[in-house]
Amino acid sequence: MLRRLLKLRGLSLIACSALVLLQTPVRAELTIEFSGAGANRIPLAVADFGGEPGISRALTSVVRGDLERSGLFRLIDTGSSALTETSSPAYGDWKNRGADALTAGSISASGDGRQEARFRLYDINKQTVLGGAAFVTSTPMLRAAGHRIADAIYEKLIGEPGIFSTRIAYVVKNGTNRYELHIADADGQNAQAALKSKEPIISPVWSPDGGRLAYVSFENKKPVIYVHSLASGQRIVVANFKGSNSAPAWSPDGRRLAVVLSKEGGSQIFMVNADGSGVQRLTTANGINTEPFFSPDGQSIYFTSDRGGSPQIYRSGVNGGDAQRVSFEGSYNVSPRISPDGKSMAFISRRESGFRLAVMDLDSKQVQILTDSNKDESPTFAPNGRMILIATEIGGRGVLSAVSTDGRIKQRLSISAGDVREPAWGPFTK
Amino acid sequence: MKRLIIPALFALLLAACSSTPDGPEQGGAPVETRGGGASSSVATVTAGGIDSRKLPPELTDPKNILSKRSIYFDYDKYDVKPEYKDLVTAHAKFLANNRQFKMLIQGNTDDRGSREYNLALGQKRADAIKKMLNLLGAREEQVESVSLGEEKPKNEGQNEAAWAENRRGDMLYNGEF
Repeated sequence: MLRRLLKLRGLSLIACSALVLLQTPVRAELTIEFSGAGANRIPLAVADFGGEPGISRALTSVVRGDLERSGLFRLIDTGSSALTETSSPAYGDWKNRGADALTAGSISASGDGRQEARFRLYDINKQTVLGGAAFVTSTPMLRAAGHRIADAIYEKLIGEPGIFSTRIAYVVKNGTNRYELHIADADGQNAQAALKSKEPIISPVWSPDGGRLAYVSFENKKPVIYVHSLASGQRIVVANFKGSNSAPAWSPDGRRLAVVLSKEGGSQIFMVNADGSGVQRLTTANGINTEPFFSPDGQSIYFTSDRGGSPQIYRSGVNGGDAQRVSFEGSYNVSPRISPDGKSMAFISRRESGFRLAVMDLDSKQVQILTDSNKDESPTFAPNGRMILIATEIGGRGVLSAVSTDGRIKQRLSISAGDVREPAWGPFTK
Repeated sequence: MKRLIIPALFALLLAACSSTPDGPEQGGAPVETRGGGASSSVATVTAGGIDSRKLPPELTDPKNILSKRSIYFDYDKYDVKPEYKDLVTAHAKFLANNRQFKMLIQGNTDDRGSREYNLALGQKRADAIKKMLNLLGAREEQVESVSLGEEKPKNEGQNEAAWAENRRGDMLYNGEF
């Protein structure tokens, strides 16, 4: 009903934030570009939010930017129509402009020194209200309110939760020895440094509650696994055994981590409690067993092993037992990550000498290669499963690239100076 | 198991010289209507390093074989080539005669492929050197083999010569790491 078949049209846009109201916590912000579009983009009109012009314009641009970059909407020019959630839309006019859906809203002082952002979403063809919500916010949080509104619109029209309010973590490398672990909003804005180090930082992973990151830091001249509470900056060493400690993965309940330790020879997967206690070995095959990843039900572990002579992906029960081989095509398949619904697996496959993002349907074992780049690494699913964020290289520089699971929509996040790598997409925020 | 807690105080001290905001207000996520949620502000931590010590001259004299620390590997190979036998033997002997010394072997790889898989490959190389040192007289507790994977390339180039330089194990004594 809302969906209309549209010709695939290439789009390219660099979104720049014009919000002077906001601080810039780290100097090098990510810029985001996107290209491609879904097959059935919904024609959507987002009217200018009513209210004090500076604030409402900023809010409108966040909502429009989020929805447009998703590649699932075609934004209809709204002209200068003054429209808020209280006015009744002229359905016929909007229909003539080609809109299937319309959103209108306003932002105003809420009495306690804060502001209230309200919006309403209309189905133009059925001439009905689809929904609406109000969000209390403050000026520095304006972008967050915009992301919440975009999430609500997205969920109503697409039927699955939006990811505009989620956060991403990634590592920025500057020069030969400046490494920073950054946390930013999903659109690359509002970046903050969680850790600065002169030694490499790799493999960040979010705790399921979104409050902590586990990662591998080389600050002690060897790989050591930390769990870092983001709000306080408190860090716990989870694994610092003799040898290397790497590749942490959270169990879905957030109580345990699968980690890779070399303390007993080779690289073996162990389970450890999130405070570093209760270390238990999981894999037994000689050689390399690494990159563990839990299935969403917490019952299986997917991992990379060279037990068959080349790096391939295997799956075993969370309490050990025989491992089954999962990847077969090609001589190099690594970095398994299971989608939030448990139905597909993103991984990196070497094809025609390039390392490319691939997705396997776990039921049919059908594999689709989603990129044609040469140095894809470290895939991470958005919490709604719609996009996969990877690290890749463009012109010799490390950038992040988000690719829709059907390969149609691509977003690129880069930084003006320095390499960006090791992305980790955070969970939904409450 | 070692446990280390870096006090939040440290982060607060550093916040003054970093460009990170110190108030909870600048964070991204929470809008109240959808429930509280955790604060999204992030405290910045700066990672410290290790102190270094002086080494005896025999380990640093360029004329002494002990000043050489690197062992190079062939592509996709993890065995120590015969040409390095004298070098490993010399270090094993030094460790056997100087039990107060400890050694860290850092394995390295070129940068093609997965970072974590490369970390495991570098571990294989470091383990091979350690095994040989132990066989030749170094005590188990004197030698630790770890991997830096592809993270610390000696040569950042993208060609066979650069990759060959990065397929390497380095033997470091306490004070050097």
